Amino acid sequence: MSTATDTASRPVLTGAPRRTRSARSALHTVIGIVLVAIMLFPVYWMVNASLAPAGNSLNIQWLPLNPDFSGYSRAIADQGQNLITSLIVAVGACLLSIVIAAPCAYALAQFRIKGTAALLFLVLISQMIPGIVIANALYTVYTPLGLINSIPGLILADASQGIPFAILIMRAFLETFPTSIVEAARVDGCGHVRAFWSIVLPVSKNSLITAGIFSFLFAWSDFLMALTLTTGESIRPVTLGLYTYIGTNDTDWSAVMSTAVLSSLPAVILMIVAQKYVAAGATGGAVK
Amino acid sequence: MTTTQSAITAPAAGTPAPRRRRNTGDLLVRYAFVLPAVLYMIAFFGYPIIKNVVMSFQAYDFSTFFNGKAPFVGLDNYAATFSDPIFLRALGNTALFTVGSIAGQFVLGMALALYFRRRFPLSGFLRSLLLLPWLLPMIVSAAVWRWILEQDNGALNAFLTGIGLIDDPIPWLTSSDTALIAVIMVNIWLGIPFNVVLLYSGLQSIPEELYEAGQLDGATGWKSFWHITLPMLRPVVSVVLLLGVIYTIKVLDLIIGLTGGGPANATQTLATRSYEMSFVEFDFGQGAALSNILILIALAFSLVYLRANARAAKNG
Repeated sequence: MSTATDTASRPVLTGAPRRTRSARSALHTVIGIVLVAIMLFPVYWMVNASLAPAGNSLNIQWLPLNPDFSGYSRAIADQGQNLITSLIVAVGACLLSIVIAAPCAYALAQFRIKGTAALLFLVLISQMIPGIVIANALYTVYTPLGLINSIPGLILADASQGIPFAILIMRAFLETFPTSIVEAARVDGCGHVRAFWSIVLPVSKNSLITAGIFSFLFAWSDFLMALTLTTGESIRPVTLGLYTYIGTNDTDWSAVMSTAVLSSLPAVILMIVAQKYVAAGATGGAVK
Repeated sequence: MTTTQSAITAPAAGTPAPRRRRNTGDLLVRYAFVLPAVLYMIAFFGYPIIKNVVMSFQAYDFSTFFNGKAPFVGLDNYAATFSDPIFLRALGNTALFTVGSIAGQFVLGMALALYFRRRFPLSGFLRSLLLLPWLLPMIVSAAVWRWILEQDNGALNAFLTGIGLIDDPIPWLTSSDTALIAVIMVNIWLGIPFNVVLLYSGLQSIPEELYEAGQLDGATGWKSFWHITLPMLRPVVSVVLLLGVIYTIKVLDLIIGLTGGGPANATQTLATRSYEMSFVEFDFGQGAALSNILILIALAFSLVYLRANARAAKNG
């Protein structure tokens, strides 16, 4: 990430006096802040509305000068259970994605087994399959299997986004991992499984975290599988809860926006505490 | 939420010969590493795709779930789909939605990426904040924008009337004249971060010397953008645009959340129509037929993308 120090250490090419340059870069910062503020206005507006008093005909308050937290108490009363469901599903999908993807990524990167190129190709293509295609077919098999309205059903379905992503991102990392380390351990009689567990996994911690964060966020954000693979209120992720909330006619916007804020928390928290990993996943080696 | 792809270049041909002869047991262990993933992919990608193809030739509807009967009906589902005026509407909307979204995202994303390439205090921090809309659940964004675009109390109408640009509030999401435009607008907002991230990283890889040399030849501002930046960025640009198309044609959460495909099918796309057919009208046969059309379009762009990506990898 480039920072202010870059400006100072770079030779001044234009020959402009230092003061004008710093005034100009201050102006750049101001414009940059304005641009980001415009882009993030909807996020501000969500927080602002969540702090407004209840009611459909809200008068527009541009600043939450008199914050009212009743929206949050209604949101938690109505959606608390759904938030917990989302959390369980997202953690489950995250773990499942890692458990399935990590060994596969390692094998694809390091074992020269037959079919590697074909499997990679299929994993790439799978990310481009529209989710509705999966949902259509899953509904018809989930019904007889009793997986409709079930946490395991949602975990399995939601991992369909996490697994291909995790395979690709971890494989990209493991490609650069020196084979010699594992080879040495193998010569010492260490089996594939132990080499993977005690050598490969610890060194690929960063890519594991990135894969885990995104697998979690994919499942947390999932709406389509929740919409199609649940039918009642017993098991309802918060994304679907939010949707049915908006759908009610006399919409209580402060409770809706409070729910929206609560649903955004994992993304916001991860963006702050795990910025490095999020940035790594965002570029994801998309252009290599 | 959209994601980025990890680009893969096929492993180099002629892999190094195995150092020692592996016994069968060893080989089995190696295959065991990929087995769970392969089984998952078969169950959650392979099977659904085949099932969709089969269902699209069947009368697979509500009664099927009770009596288990889904008689084959040949091409009836496709015939019904193509003669359905809503399908044609959805096809047109999908094209408009995709082209409009991509154009907007790309132009604004490029502008922001170029702006943030300058070095100034906080630029890295501000750039990382830009990622936020991309990380939020799409249905959250839909809810927020529904509130912003609300006719009577929405922030956008309040702002536009406040500065005197419009006299009467615009029914953004409830009029069939403006709904598609509004949905595209929101999707542009959602897609900007993705474009900024990829274009910014592409811009970083253009050597500074090129601009310095260009400056000597009088290429500054627009000229340098046109003659240095764009040509150097071309492989990245094609990847960004193609990935954009692949993700945009399957967008469903946002439209369902904002308008539900309405009013009067004004924002109906292939993806939303496929959902509606299967899960609202319970005609899985026709829903599958629509899905298959969607898949064909997605795959066509995916193959073009993979080719462009391989080229980008070779040049980069």
